Amino acid sequence: MKATELQAESLMPRKKTNEAKEVARHLLKNRAAVAGLVIIGVFVLASLFAPVFATHDPLQTSLGNRLQPPSSEHIMGTDELGRDLFSRMLYGGRISLNIGIISVLIGLTFGVPIGAVSGYFGGKFDILTQRFIDIMIAFPGILLAIVVVTVLGVGVENVMIATGIASVPIYARLVRGSVLAVKEQSYVDAAHAAGLSDARIIFRQIIPNCLAPIIVQSTFQIATSILWAAGLGFLGLGAQAPTPEWGAILSNGRAYIRTAHHLTTFPGLAILFMVLGFNLVGDGLRDALDPKTR
Amino acid sequence: MYQYIARRLLLTIPVVLGVSIIVFSIIRFIPGDPARAIAGVNATPEFIEQVRVRYALDQPIYIQYGRFLSGMVQGDLGNSIFSGRPVTTEIGERFPRTLLLATISLVIATAIGVTAGIVSATKRNSIFDNASMFIALVGVAAPVFWMALMLQLLFSVRLGLLPATGIGTIRHLILPSLTLGTASAALMARITRSSMLDVLRQDFITTARSKGLNERLVVYKHALKNALIPVVTVLGLQFGILLGGAVLTETVFAWPGVGRLLVDAILRRDYPVVQGTVMMLALLFVLINLTVDIIYAFLDPRIHYQSGSGG
Repeated sequence: MKATELQAESLMPRKKTNEAKEVARHLLKNRAAVAGLVIIGVFVLASLFAPVFATHDPLQTSLGNRLQPPSSEHIMGTDELGRDLFSRMLYGGRISLNIGIISVLIGLTFGVPIGAVSGYFGGKFDILTQRFIDIMIAFPGILLAIVVVTVLGVGVENVMIATGIASVPIYARLVRGSVLAVKEQSYVDAAHAAGLSDARIIFRQIIPNCLAPIIVQSTFQIATSILWAAGLGFLGLGAQAPTPEWGAILSNGRAYIRTAHHLTTFPGLAILFMVLGFNLVGDGLRDALDPKTR
Repeated sequence: MYQYIARRLLLTIPVVLGVSIIVFSIIRFIPGDPARAIAGVNATPEFIEQVRVRYALDQPIYIQYGRFLSGMVQGDLGNSIFSGRPVTTEIGERFPRTLLLATISLVIATAIGVTAGIVSATKRNSIFDNASMFIALVGVAAPVFWMALMLQLLFSVRLGLLPATGIGTIRHLILPSLTLGTASAALMARITRSSMLDVLRQDFITTARSKGLNERLVVYKHALKNALIPVVTVLGLQFGILLGGAVLTETVFAWPGVGRLLVDAILRRDYPVVQGTVMMLALLFVLINLTVDIIYAFLDPRIHYQSGSGG
């Protein structure tokens, strides 16, 4: 039994290390993708070392220093409570990256198995999940996340859950489609013939061969979740004061747009660049992972 | 063909029912007493009891849902806690404004996006192509509420050309629809470009060119017709996303539409209004998708209408 299993598994395409090198090589040749990687790198470093780079305590108010324009003391100026905007932005980057990554992990954890099982077995389970996904997709864009937040309540953790849930149907659809294509490959037939269990075939053979679209989608989804989370924060449905979340900072800054527009300009630019970074890498990965465009 | 449309219509029914279950559940999943949630924070115990009876909250859950569903079919979504007026009236007043905003934005997005996409594809790697694709990348990444604020800052605060908030004249419509249209325009430009490039690579275009046809004729008559099929799908999706995105834009521009109504209702815990607006937006999106699928079936001869599988 063990021997046949090994034989069957040896039939599946084994080129992972070479494949990864090849993809990396193509990605690094793509100038836009490299720019995206650099942008993400800067944000990741800034978030990791936020306590080191921060010039002030992000929560320390100083009412004598309200709404100061950018200066050498306060690189990005201060907010309506005299807090240092630059330090708040650094910690805000942590929050946005966390939301992006955790919401994608939630989406992957539920979406990938649902899509894989649904596509692999077909039948009643497939029909049922497809209808269920239709229902989730009936809420356009940010609306599903808003519905979830309405029920769960506001706050950063709930925003992660809400944006995560909102991405589940996207993954389920995507993976189901890829599984339907991979299922017909000869190495899957071989695995069946060798008597491998369905679970093993799904997790060891089918999902690894659907990885390319999942990776590309996840990169874009991090960007989308960051945008959704900032939108929720802006509406007052996300992170709450005094959490230095970018959308919430922007929302507070609105009242002072005539006198202190640095409070809206900087967080907006930060969101824009972070989302742009992930989108550029996503575009690059899609090209690098697609044998046709290489 | 008609079989396909009938099948597609039938598939819409479970989706609509499912959406209504989710909307119905919003209030039941909120921790605490749903009657208290509907009645509002400052309600008297008597009023809470009235609400409990009125919404059948003392009955088993399936009866509650039955009441909810039959009320909805008859156009009764309950009353707003905040204003005391019927939810349908509240929505009815604001919906035309949101529809106007979303439609104009979509027109702007299509005009800019499709044009830029076609020119980019035909002049591939030109300065125009690179510049417009760069702008499109930024347009997709920029948060819509931030774009709104920056446009306000530039055109209202600095230049004093356009009103920053409110409704009433065409001038009030310009900034909100530009804001809302930008992100969609960026996406449409990218999709039109890649779809156009795909089509331009195909054999029948080479044939058309080798027949000595005028390049403009090849691009606009032969290629465009085929390249626009995926664009139509995206157009429908975008209309839905614009309606969802209205939640953000309407807040910035104090545009009294459905999006603003929803956000205010959530912040005020006005749950009947939350349920009504969410239900209406989702229903609308389902209808748009249905329409797009049917148009798509007419446009793309490759879809097999007879088969019972797929879809």
